Amino acid sequence: MGRARLAVWKFASCDGCQLSLLDCEDELLDIAGAVDIVHFLEASSHVEPGPYDLSIVEGSVTTPKDAARIQHVREVSKAVVTIGACATAGGIQALRNFADHAEMMRAVYANPQYIETLATSTPIAAHIPVDFELRGCPIDKGQLLQVIGAFLLGRKPPIRSHSTCMECKARGNVCVTVAHGTPCLGPVTHAGCGALCPTYHRGCYGCFGPSDAARPAALVRDLLERGVERPELYRLLSNFNAAAEPFRTEAERHDGQD
Amino acid sequence: MQCSPGSQSVLDAGGFERLLALLRSDGFVLVGPIARDGAIQLSAITGIEDLPRGVGDEQSPGRYRLRPREDDALFGWAVPSQPWKKQFLPSRLDLVHIRRKGSALEVEPAAAEANPIAIIGARPCEVAAMRVQDGVLRDGPHPDSDYAARREAAFVLAVNCGTPSGTCFCVSMDTGPRAKAGFDLAATELMEPNHRFLIEVGSDAGARVLERVAATPATDGDIAAAADLVAGAAQKMGRALDNKGLTERLLGNLEHPRWDDVAERCVGCGNCTLACPTCFCTNVEDSSNLGGDVATRTRTWDSCFALDFAYIHGGSVRPTLRARYRQWLTHKLATWVEQFGTSGCVGCGRCITWCPVGIDLTVEAGAVGEARG
Ligand code: SF4
Ligand code: SF4
Ligand code: SF4
Repeated sequence: MGRARLAVWKFASCDGCQLSLLDCEDELLDIAGAVDIVHFLEASSHVEPGPYDLSIVEGSVTTPKDAARIQHVREVSKAVVTIGACATAGGIQALRNFADHAEMMRAVYANPQYIETLATSTPIAAHIPVDFELRGCPIDKGQLLQVIGAFLLGRKPPIRSHSTCMECKARGNVCVTVAHGTPCLGPVTHAGCGALCPTYHRGCYGCFGPSDAARPAALVRDLLERGVERPELYRLLSNFNAAAEPFRTEAERHDGQD
Repeated sequence: MQCSPGSQSVLDAGGFERLLALLRSDGFVLVGPIARDGAIQLSAITGIEDLPRGVGDEQSPGRYRLRPREDDALFGWAVPSQPWKKQFLPSRLDLVHIRRKGSALEVEPAAAEANPIAIIGARPCEVAAMRVQDGVLRDGPHPDSDYAARREAAFVLAVNCGTPSGTCFCVSMDTGPRAKAGFDLAATELMEPNHRFLIEVGSDAGARVLERVAATPATDGDIAAAADLVAGAAQKMGRALDNKGLTERLLGNLEHPRWDDVAERCVGCGNCTLACPTCFCTNVEDSSNLGGDVATRTRTWDSCFALDFAYIHGGSVRPTLRARYRQWLTHKLATWVEQFGTSGCVGCGRCITWCPVGIDLTVEAGAVGEARG
């Protein structure tokens, strides 16, 4: 087998996840040694045509042009891995999905007639079959390296989809909800960050989206009993993974309530 | 003075400090309680000045708070936020590295920890939990060599309980508030009329250390004061679990509607299992470097509350939270007895306190085990 050819694509996003790849300073040589990065605009303007063995896709689909472009990415890629909350859940920009899109455009742009966007921000998997979704806002670079390595070797990436609490306990943290009364989304959030926020005494914001068996309704019932107000619960569930179920359904139950 | 297992002597605060210093000079890393981030936690300590002086705790389902005490007790709280399990069963441990060398594979076992640890201040329920884990991980047909080595090297200084919390029920589980076995030394902290520790010797290793600390023989008064303290603690249990016929009552009620009820409240986060001093489940995961020439096999903590924990070909055998909660509770309190000859619960109360939604195993077990009307 020849060296694998890797492409990195950007859709609607902040570039932070791609940056994680460039941020792999200690491992960049290993990456360059293992694959040929032939399409990565954030790193180099030198671009080679497909096909590609592995395409890494960041960002969500928010324009008609991107809806067509993602089809092309699928056609020229053997495997597609999506990275980050935008690509896997629509991102923070998916808040538009629950609002009046035309009115939002009028509020933001002086001349909205020049703007051509879709009314929704949707994850890549809503458009094409995806081989693996790596969660996070931003993703964890260690996990990204494991995913790339696993795809090169043709095995399953060692990424768990249980709660963030399990990482929190493994790290030896004191639970911020139990000991400080701070609301935390850890019990319903997909692991991957190593419980970063609770480690610094803040509640989890749910950057990695819902865990595989997330039950936000049970968590929310308890947080209400602890005195957390509904608008705060709505905001907590309506961040970077606002459109991901079951966060969305639970958030809606508290929208406009007080 | 001469010490032997069973003998009792007294150390004042200075003597207790000398004991810790001796353990350190014998090469032990001291691990003990400290107050940090609003909780009693376990940490490497250097001596008595690191211990949580004058601090108590309040624990109830889903709630934990520190509170000041009226005295300067060092062990005036119930149980720390996390158990000692991590000392013997680390949350993450590399088991083996495999390197590709040409066409051959080189297998290199991951190195074991160097320094033995001295456990300072394990509660009686926690000492009991260590023995439960010994039964599973060391004394069974498939011993875990890493666990066994860490356990073998450790020194255990237990501290009996005077102030149980609102979630403690060691009396129900017959594991406290006084440590009966499984320690090298067991201390009871006495505050009146002067701060001192009644020390009971539990092993030859404990006797050898204590002989070098210049302890004074215990008087009848010291022994009576320590007995009063633990007797008082036994009266102050925050919770109780009716153990009579519990195995049959739980296993005879596997379709009880209470399982659906608790599954509505449980978030499935797994905190209860990871906070539990006896839960021992682990996962083994493989990772590799990008070049594909070094692979590492790693053991990590796992939980029966994780959806993929019971994943076998085709899917999870416990896809519902009802099934996962029932598995946990019935294993802890019923099938564990069949499997390992003891209960899987020592009554420390951690799964109750540290459940973020405050689910109480004593209440759930009681409800399931109750006759249905
Ligand atoms: S701090 Fe958050 S993530 Fe950590 S155990 Fe508590 S609820 Fe779970
Ligand atoms: S089941 Fe709960 S009370 Fe029993 S030993 Fe485990 S954490 Fe402690
Ligand atoms: S019982 Fe509590 S701690 Fe355990 S999984 Fe359910 S919600 Fe989490």
